[in-house]
Amino acid sequence: MNYSIPFNTLVIKEIYRFIRIWPQTLLPPAITTALYFLIFGKLIGDRIGTINGASYMDYIVPGVILMSVISHSYANVVSSFYSTKFQRNIEELLVAPVPNWVILAGYVSGGIIRGLLVGVVVALISMLFATLAIKHIWITLSIAVLTATLFSLAGFINALLAESFDDISIIPNFVLTPLSYLGGVFYSVDMLPNIWQAISMGNPMLYMINAFRYGLIGVSDIDVQLAFIMTGGFIVVMTLFSLYLLYKGIGIKN
Amino acid sequence: MNALSIRNLKKTYNNGFEALKGIDLDVEAGDFFALLGPNGAGKSTAIGIISSLVNETSGSVSIFGHDLKHERGKAKSCIGLVPQEVNFNQFDTVKSILLNQAGYYGTPRKLALHRTEQCLKQMDLWDKRDTVSRRLSGGMKRRVMIARAMVHAPKLLILDEPTAGVDIEIRRSMWKMMQDVNQQGTTIILTTHYLEEAESLCRNIAIIDQGVIVENSSMANLLARLHIDHFVLDLEEALNAAPVIDGYQIELISSKSLNVAVPKENGLNRLFSELSQQNIRVMSLKNKTNRLEQLFMDLVDAKSVDTKAAGSGQ
Repeated sequence: MNYSIPFNTLVIKEIYRFIRIWPQTLLPPAITTALYFLIFGKLIGDRIGTINGASYMDYIVPGVILMSVISHSYANVVSSFYSTKFQRNIEELLVAPVPNWVILAGYVSGGIIRGLLVGVVVALISMLFATLAIKHIWITLSIAVLTATLFSLAGFINALLAESFDDISIIPNFVLTPLSYLGGVFYSVDMLPNIWQAISMGNPMLYMINAFRYGLIGVSDIDVQLAFIMTGGFIVVMTLFSLYLLYKGIGIKN
Repeated sequence: MNALSIRNLKKTYNNGFEALKGIDLDVEAGDFFALLGPNGAGKSTAIGIISSLVNETSGSVSIFGHDLKHERGKAKSCIGLVPQEVNFNQFDTVKSILLNQAGYYGTPRKLALHRTEQCLKQMDLWDKRDTVSRRLSGGMKRRVMIARAMVHAPKLLILDEPTAGVDIEIRRSMWKMMQDVNQQGTTIILTTHYLEEAESLCRNIAIIDQGVIVENSSMANLLARLHIDHFVLDLEEALNAAPVIDGYQIELISSKSLNVAVPKENGLNRLFSELSQQNIRVMSLKNKTNRLEQLFMDLVDAKSVDTKAAGSGQ
């Protein structure tokens, strides 16, 4: 069987889903980030000056873009797959000869595409407030894709294990958002006391945000290579864990 | 060739409940097969395993010669499932539900469009193709599920209570449609609580109860085992007492209706002639219960008595 057909069907269905509800999926990040740039970047940032040689507005743009990529790639997969489970139309996929890896790849691709699309929207909004000159295009693109992949996988695992709608809001509210804010979106870790610098090094988002910032404006608090290794490692582990859950039918079969 | 072969299939759920206790079942290609059983008997678990919605504990399932464990893709390609409950995306249009399902089965787009049109026309849903599915009536939703199950032209169609909760007019039209699909060569396995539906549509039957198959034969053989038919006779004139006729058990239900147990060997002719001799005129008669229903109850009750006896060590 040609698996590109079920894969394309899943991806197109996912894209159509988030485009159809664009006021819920694409518009809010545009408004929210415009407010971030206006309040933090323009009004407060003008009084802060520069960080690591970059203006405060230029410094926060990469973090805000990647924060949007993270939250929307995660949200797309967790809400879509959980709804599919909740409405029981996951059975359409389970009955059909679609291998588990195609199911995973289809949903994760949908999450990556939405995450990157939102990233582009936020990048366009940022151009109203800052000059977006990309220093290292391949680092920028690859870390964005890897980050979207990682959080799409995380959303998939959350959806598989979730038993109620409450379960799909716990991780975004109590894990993703705090880690994003503490991942150096609005500040450099060098500005923190030593103990908090050490604690921040345990936050994986710090690595991704700094690698992306390096790609865009050439400034980073951490080793960019380490960011790629960490992100890649997490992707491998989460992919294997997702496939294991699918194989066992955890969360989707009786 | 068998469309479906099940060998020693067992399923024990995590809470220890043994839903299937090692069933064997064969369904021939082209058959219209009834799988019946009371609620909780294990038929939904069996169908769940056949359609990969439930993991089996042990045993094997083979579909058109393809083992479900070792040739999963080929086995699954042969199956179309109409589940008990509506399970399509209620926000999708009717057409996209079918197109997506065809895509999951690897059907190329051009062929998928053709098959979608064909199935929707067959189900009388073509006019509703661009309607969002949640706006459809209950009967239409049922037909969408049948169309969806057929869009990849499965060789084995499993219908799990497809007519539950639909009105008699739609039920009759669905019977006609199921017969047409079967006549075109598709093997059908039907579960239903409407036993007259199974009796009029199916050629072979298995009855499952408490996780074991208690009966597996042709419908004709099974019905032939029924020795006594029960009829209700409507009379022209009121009676004070039930007439006594040798060989028949007769009860007065009301002054103008009788309940008569008719042994097969005695037949109806002698009953009518005896009633005529007693100046009792019969205006109409009907079966008191569906014949299959009576057998079904006998078999399930017998199994229940056996289980209780075994449980009490008798």
